[in-house]
Amino acid sequence: MKLKKNLPLRNLLGRPVRTTVLVILTALLSVTFLCGTLVITSLRKGLGSLEARLGADIMVVPYEAATKSDLQNIVLQGNTGYFYMDNSRLEKIMKCDGIGQLSCQFFLASASSGCCSIPVQIIGFDPETDFTISPWIKKSGGGQLKDMDIVVGNDLNAFVGDTLKFYGVECHVAAKLDKTGTSFDTAVFTNENTIKKLIKSSVDLKMNSFTNIDPDKTVSCVLINAAEGYTPEEIINDINIHVKKVKAIQTKEMISGVSDSLSGVSDVTGILISAVWILGTVIFLLAFTMSVNERKKEFAILRVTGASRKKLASIVLQEAVITGITGSIIGIIIGLVIVIPFSSSIESALNLPFLIPDISRITEYAGISLIISSLTGAFAAGFSAFRISRIDTGLILRGDN
Amino acid sequence: MLRAEKISKEFIRETKGTNRFAAVQETDFEISDGQLAVITGRSGSGKTTFLNMLAGLLTPTDGKVFLDGTDIYSLSDRELSRLRNQKTGFIPQGQTAIHSLSVAENILLPYTLYGEYSEDAEKYAYELMEKLDIINLKDVRPSELSGGETRRMAIARALIKKPQIIFADEPTGDLDDENTRTVFEFMKSISENGASVIVVTHETDSEKYADRVFRMNSGILSEK
Ligand SMILES: Nc1ncnc2c1ncn2[C@@H]1O[C@H](COP(=O)(O)OP(=O)(O)O)[C@@H](O)[C@H]1O
Ligand SMILES: [Mg+2]
Repeated sequence: MKLKKNLPLRNLLGRPVRTTVLVILTALLSVTFLCGTLVITSLRKGLGSLEARLGADIMVVPYEAATKSDLQNIVLQGNTGYFYMDNSRLEKIMKCDGIGQLSCQFFLASASSGCCSIPVQIIGFDPETDFTISPWIKKSGGGQLKDMDIVVGNDLNAFVGDTLKFYGVECHVAAKLDKTGTSFDTAVFTNENTIKKLIKSSVDLKMNSFTNIDPDKTVSCVLINAAEGYTPEEIINDINIHVKKVKAIQTKEMISGVSDSLSGVSDVTGILISAVWILGTVIFLLAFTMSVNERKKEFAILRVTGASRKKLASIVLQEAVITGITGSIIGIIIGLVIVIPFSSSIESALNLPFLIPDISRITEYAGISLIISSLTGAFAAGFSAFRISRIDTGLILRGDN
Repeated sequence: MLRAEKISKEFIRETKGTNRFAAVQETDFEISDGQLAVITGRSGSGKTTFLNMLAGLLTPTDGKVFLDGTDIYSLSDRELSRLRNQKTGFIPQGQTAIHSLSVAENILLPYTLYGEYSEDAEKYAYELMEKLDIINLKDVRPSELSGGETRRMAIARALIKKPQIIFADEPTGDLDDENTRTVFEFMKSISENGASVIVVTHETDSEKYADRVFRMNSGILSEK
C-alpha cells in the first residue's frame, strides 16, 4: 500500500475537473505570452533584416510602376514587379545634386523553372556599384558572382552547385541567401551581364510581354544613397521635379514608418499580454483560495497526523507547480504549432516581413513562458498555502463543523 | 504521561464589557499511561478547545502541556509535528478524510507523511480494518463511505502508529448503538494495552468504560 505517486499528484488526479480547468488556464496564459512575443519578435526581425538589406535611402522606379503597384508592396515585401525605364532617364537622375552612391537593378519574371512551382523574380545588380545586395550575399556566405552565377532565395528548392535553366539559359547556383521573411526569399539574384542575357533570351523566345526592350539601354530601378550634407528629401524632390516619368521614393522612411507603428503594436500587445496575465493570476488566486478553503479539513488532517507547516505548504505549492508546468508545456506546444507553421499566412495577413527567430531564441521564450507560468501558479497557491499553514490546526478543524 | 499545568484559552469575541471570552478557564490535568478518561459536557462548554490544547493542536493562552516531561508548546513546529506523528493519535470531530486517497491509504497516512512505509505497518492496517469491519472497503474512496465507516477509518488512522496517547473528539457522534459499543470496547482494550485514551463524548453509557470521568461546564473542568 505504498503511496503510488506522491500526495500532491494524487490530489490533482483526485479532482480532475478542477485540475483540468487550471491546466487549461495556464495553457492559455503561456499561449498568449508565447504567441504575442513570437509575432512581435518576428515582425521586428523581419523589418530589421529588410532595413539592413535595403540599405538605400532612395529608390527610383518608372512612374508606371509606382502607380500600378503599391509602393509599400515593393519596398516592404520585396515584390519588385516587372518594369523598365530608359537609360536616358538614368542619365538625368545622375545629374541631380547630392547623390552619393548609385546603383541600377534589373528585374525579370521567370517562366516556371525546374526548381520552383511558382514563377520566381530574377533581380540583376551591377557588382561594380552595388551597395545593397552584395553585402547581404557576403553575409550569407557567398562571394563575388561570376557571369551565369545566381544566388537563390532561401525558400527556393535549389542548392549551391545546382544548375537552373531560365529562358533556355543555364545558370549555376553559387550561394543561397539567409531567410528574410519577404518575397526576396523566392527571388534569384544575378549580376548585370547575366540578367541582360536572360532578358534578351526572354525577348527572343517571345516570352516577355515587353517585346521591344533592349536590355543594354534599360534599367528597372535605381537605388541611391544621399551624399554627405544632403538629405534624401532634397534629392527626392530634385528627381521628382526634374526627371520625367520616374518616381523617387524614400525607402528607409517607409520602413521606419512601419517600425514606428510596429512599436505601437508591440506596446499594445505587451499591455494585452500583461492584462491576460493579471487576469489569469487573479483567477489562479481565487481558484487556489477556494480550493484551499474547501479542503481545510484535509489540511487539518495532514497537520493532525503530523505534517509540519512547511510540509503542508510544500504540498499545496507542488500541486500548483505541477499544474503550472503541465499547463504551460501544453500552451507552449499549442503556441509553437500556431505560430511556426502559419508564419507565411501571418506574413501575408499582416503584409509585413515576418522572420521567425532561430531555435535558441524560441527555446528561450518558451523557457521564460514556462517559468512565468509556474511561478504565477506557485505565487497564487503560495499565498493560500502560507495562510492556511499559519493557522492553529485546532482552529482549522472546527472551521466548517 | 500527559500533564497540563494551568492551561486556559481565551478567544477574541464581543461580550459584555470585554472582547475576551474564556472558552477554557485555568485548569490542571494529568493522565497516566493505561488510563481511559472520558470528558462529557454540554455543547459549547469548551471540550474540543481543551482536547485540542492537550493534543498540541491549539496553543493555550496561558499554561503548559507536558508529554513525557517535554513542554510541547516550547517545541518548534517541525518538532511538535513530528511528536504528534510519533506519539499521538487524534480522532477529530466530524468527517475527516483525504479525498484523493483510498481508505487503506488514508489509514497509512501517518506513515507515508514521513516516508516510513513498511510491510508491518501495512499488515497492522489490515488488522485494524478487520477489527473495525471496514476491510472490504480498503480500496474505496472516502466519498463512497457512510458516516460511520468514515469515522471507523479515522479511528484506524489514529491508531496505526500504536500511539502512546489517543485523543478522540466525539468519536461516536454519528454511530449507531452497536457501533458505539464496538468503538468504546476498542478504546478500552487499547488503554488496557498501555496507552492513555482521552475521549470527549455525549454518550452517558461511556462512563462504564472509563477509569476517570470529567465534566466540562462553561470552561471549568471537574473530575467526578
Ligand atoms: N476560534 C474561536 N473563536 C471564538 N470562539 C471560539 C473559537 N473556538 C471555540 N470558540 C467558543 O468557545 C466555546 C467552546 O467551544 P468548543 O470547545 O468547541 O465547545 P464543545 O466542544 O464543548 O462543544 C464555544 O462557545 C465556542 O463558540
Ligand atoms: Mg466539540
